[in-house]
Amino acid sequence: MRYAMAIDTNKCVGCGDCVVACQTENNVPHGYCRDWIVENVEGTYPNLDLEFRSERCNHCDNAPCVRCCPTGASHIAEGGIVLVTHDECIGCGACIESCPYDARYPHPDGYVDKCTFCIHRVEKGQDPACVAVCPTHCLHFGDLDDPNSEVSLALKDRSWKVLAPEAGTKPQLYFLT
Amino acid sequence: MKEELFVSGRNIPHIDPYLNIWHWQIPLYLFLGGLAAGIIFFAAYFVVRGKEKEMPATVKWATIIAPIVLVIGLGALFWDLKHKLYFWQLYTTIRFTSPMSWGAWTLMAITPLSIVWVASYMKEMFPRWDWKFDFLNQFEAWVIKYRIPFAWIMMILAIILGVYTGILLSAFNARPLWNTSILGPLFLVSGFSTGLATAMWVSNDEYERKVLSRIDLIFIAVELFLIVHLFMGFMAGTAVKMEAAQLFLGGEFTVSFWVFVVILGLVFPATLETLELWGYHVPKWVPPFLILFGGLMFRFVMVEAGQITRFLY
Repeated sequence: MRYAMAIDTNKCVGCGDCVVACQTENNVPHGYCRDWIVENVEGTYPNLDLEFRSERCNHCDNAPCVRCCPTGASHIAEGGIVLVTHDECIGCGACIESCPYDARYPHPDGYVDKCTFCIHRVEKGQDPACVAVCPTHCLHFGDLDDPNSEVSLALKDRSWKVLAPEAGTKPQLYFLT
Repeated sequence: MKEELFVSGRNIPHIDPYLNIWHWQIPLYLFLGGLAAGIIFFAAYFVVRGKEKEMPATVKWATIIAPIVLVIGLGALFWDLKHKLYFWQLYTTIRFTSPMSWGAWTLMAITPLSIVWVASYMKEMFPRWDWKFDFLNQFEAWVIKYRIPFAWIMMILAIILGVYTGILLSAFNARPLWNTSILGPLFLVSGFSTGLATAMWVSNDEYERKVLSRIDLIFIAVELFLIVHLFMGFMAGTAVKMEAAQLFLGGEFTVSFWVFVVILGLVFPATLETLELWGYHVPKWVPPFLILFGGLMFRFVMVEAGQITRFLY
């Protein structure tokens, strides 16, 4: 099993519903976020290219945060989901330094926190909160090992990119272009 | 034109717009760790070489500083932890892929051993010293009996500690400035140089100071050589590496690095040490002070600048 997410940058309008849903679902403290939206503008007026990306932890196959964690608090759970065990985290910040995507943050309670792909919902067969609320249905979540999952089908028919592949992290967020 | 904006209002403290999760505690610790490694390495080295009598300050007196700075460094590390009460989790596991885990275990070994080292010389330094308890006297006799193997262990631990202060940073490929394998040897050499400087400052013996000064000059030369290679590697590297190097070649860390670290912290004290070896009078504290200052600045600059560098996408 290999969970992954595909984000359709052509459909995303940058409404921020995914960010609010995540903060509500996961009780993210005020001023912090586990997912966020980047607006990327390229080109020269009037030939501008606009891209919205809903970003979060890439749940990398080769996760540098897991590698550098001195206590094993950062670990890879079933399906490749990268998680932090709060009671094992000492808050040293090594994983925050190691993440090329700046996807982790120090929770005010001390431990390091991040996107969990809403594992508590996924285990019940539901989609992550951000996917469930997206009004344009631009987020696709599922198991890459299942050729008929929503994410596999989305990747099959479309061209896609991942962020900073040169970092060697093998990220599992696929941006459909 | 390329413009990237967070449109969901992301502004996480210490992460946006620039990563700054490690503050003064980490560079201070890296400095003190390297300093202790340097002091311990040369004390042990001269014991192994049988030069205990000729190098009394290096082998005995300066080593008093090692456990003190290690404890201060550990205090700084502890201060920096954000989930402090769980620090013991470090010692429930060994993570081979995590330099921090290696470092935690090395410190666990070298800190008490450095205290044992000082204790084994207490009677030589303070002739009226009395351990009060018999078992302490027996333990002291046992340590003195096995001093040479003990010194070998300390030398190896000191090298691991010195290299670790650099590898801690170089293991992060997300920070292009740090992600170079030259950082391990560079921090090791710099740490050893600060250790030599401390022993030189402590010593009152002219012969001993000359020996230390000559070794230190070699270490400074190697350090300058490694710094040149560091930048050659960056300039021949990928876009993110070139951008990282720009911080030091015209960017915001240009003055703090080249003036304070390279000129004031390396070239100037090396010149003074050379003049001293040629027979000119140089105030005893000036070269060691400058080397220590340069070593501290180096770590502050590297930790601050490294956190700014990142992958662009």
